Amino acid sequence: MGDSSAGADRGDAAAIRFTNVHKWYGSFHVLRNINLTVGRGERIVVCGPSGSGKSTLIRCVNRLEDHQRGSIVVDGVELTDDIKRIDEVRREVGMVFQNFNLFPHLTVLENCTLAPIWVRKMPKRDAEELATRLLAQVKILDQANKYPGQLSGGQQQRAAIARALCMTPKIMLFDEPTSALDPEMVKEVLDTMTALAQEGMTMVVVTHEMGFARQVADRVVFIDRGEIVEVNAPLPFFDHPQHERTRLFLSQILH
Amino acid sequence: MSLEPVAYVRAAREPEEPPPMLSSGAIAWVRANLFSSIGSSLVTIGCVALAAYLLPQLVAWATTRAIWSASDGPACRQHQDGACWAFVAAKWDYLRFGSYPVAERWRVDVVEAIGAALIVWLLWMNAPRRAWGALLFFVVYPILAFILLRGSSLLGLPIVDTLLWGGIFVSLLTAVIGIVFSLPLGVLLALGRRSPLPAVRMASVVFIEFVRGAPFITILFMANNLLPLFLPEAWAPDRLLRPLAGIVIFSAAYMAEEVRGGLQSLNRGQYEAAMALGLNYPRMTALIILPQALTLVIPGIVNNFIGLFMDTTLVSVVGVTDFLEAMNNAIKDPVWAGPTIMTTGYVFAGIFYFAFCDGMARYSAHVERTLAKGRR
Repeated sequence: MGDSSAGADRGDAAAIRFTNVHKWYGSFHVLRNINLTVGRGERIVVCGPSGSGKSTLIRCVNRLEDHQRGSIVVDGVELTDDIKRIDEVRREVGMVFQNFNLFPHLTVLENCTLAPIWVRKMPKRDAEELATRLLAQVKILDQANKYPGQLSGGQQQRAAIARALCMTPKIMLFDEPTSALDPEMVKEVLDTMTALAQEGMTMVVVTHEMGFARQVADRVVFIDRGEIVEVNAPLPFFDHPQHERTRLFLSQILH
Repeated sequence: MSLEPVAYVRAAREPEEPPPMLSSGAIAWVRANLFSSIGSSLVTIGCVALAAYLLPQLVAWATTRAIWSASDGPACRQHQDGACWAFVAAKWDYLRFGSYPVAERWRVDVVEAIGAALIVWLLWMNAPRRAWGALLFFVVYPILAFILLRGSSLLGLPIVDTLLWGGIFVSLLTAVIGIVFSLPLGVLLALGRRSPLPAVRMASVVFIEFVRGAPFITILFMANNLLPLFLPEAWAPDRLLRPLAGIVIFSAAYMAEEVRGGLQSLNRGQYEAAMALGLNYPRMTALIILPQALTLVIPGIVNNFIGLFMDTTLVSVVGVTDFLEAMNNAIKDPVWAGPTIMTTGYVFAGIFYFAFCDGMARYSAHVERTLAKGRR
């Protein structure tokens, strides 16, 4: 927190470094002076009320949203309008969406092999081998040749995770990955994410699953009204929240 | 106050049973669809009666009472209550080739046969090596067709001026060229209209709105008279090429709006997922966006193709002898003049156009069903 050392490069120990980042939607000041450094291998859970800017924050990491002031450095590459840098960052950052966003016209296997083949220029056979391994890892190898529309929500989200992993990313972003799922499918997706965390993946997860945050996160970041309100390790964060707004939020979601 | 016991626990599984007899089968279908009410029954009976009255007359006119063979007009003039297919048979070569020299017509036959084979290869969805078929059809075939139809002194094929081209083969040529060029051009215009670059967007909007705002015949006259003015004399486009350019431009504008509808109905998440995977704009468009957008608007695209096929009949206003114009000329032949000739000629032309358009409609329905089956 509050780390503002400039001169980021490849040797940077940080996976993601936000420095004084501001963002506006029109005249609406949605992100205000964000400072956050995510270390390599670190697992960050971002939480906050709806409309607080938490999704916007992680969407800035792979430039699905641009910021107007401050700097964001991802894996040593500062994000600017330069399309080459954006592509470079996107190759190394995987993303999982609330609504899965699988490509419905492609089979699960084709969803997984598309980017390795076209972006990484991997031979088709190698890409399929990789995809097969990762689909087995998320336990849906038997669905590989089906179309996304034929899968349950939980299976689709696990396929989406496998698709992102097929690019062998250094960082994974999760934007409310379980919010669109039926309750009985939440666990299978969280289990997959927990397994990924245990392998040492750098993860930034926007979620309301506080059990997951407690179990997996190194740090929990609480965002409210566009600003970071409190950051702490999960135990003190949940057991002894410091800021009044954090306490109010936790009391609302934990009943 | 509960009307039944508060607690309930199931003891055994409810058995699975077949549906009641009257909810499936042919009789149930007839009852549900044709005789579901008094009004529906009346409509059914009325339609059947009308068909029973009209169809036999039409069939008799076209078959038993028709004149199937005759060498000239008198036979048809005497039988005025049947079609004169002998006229169509006698004029068949003219209807197919127009004024293309008789000795060279085999070249048209060859081009048509190869074209038909390649189109079947491309349209047959499970055909082997469709990529090869596409390469042959879109690259090799146009060159081959041009050399064969036009002629080449190098190969000893006499040059046949496009002034002499005519008939069904010109109609098919116009339609195929229109379809093959207007779809890609329309896709580019649709993408251009959604481009973040203002210059590209403006150019696309102006083109689309200008062409959509003008009648097709105006576009044809403009292509015919204005194109030569803008280009140096040595490049002056061929007399047949000008209306072809006109039809491509006209159809592309409508195609663009159709495709734009498909692009707009795609979820933003598809773009975001593609970008997040690191796909650049051309790859995202080609691999993710267009396959979905085009599938969504197949009915509209085919509708445009059908409209384009009909519109090919208008090229006659700039002096091209398409099939319908050839039919008009044939009908005027005094040797065959008679009361049944015009009806026969136009019925035949109607059947010709219907056959092709219905084929396109059925094929597109088949494609839609096949795609839907795979994905749901």
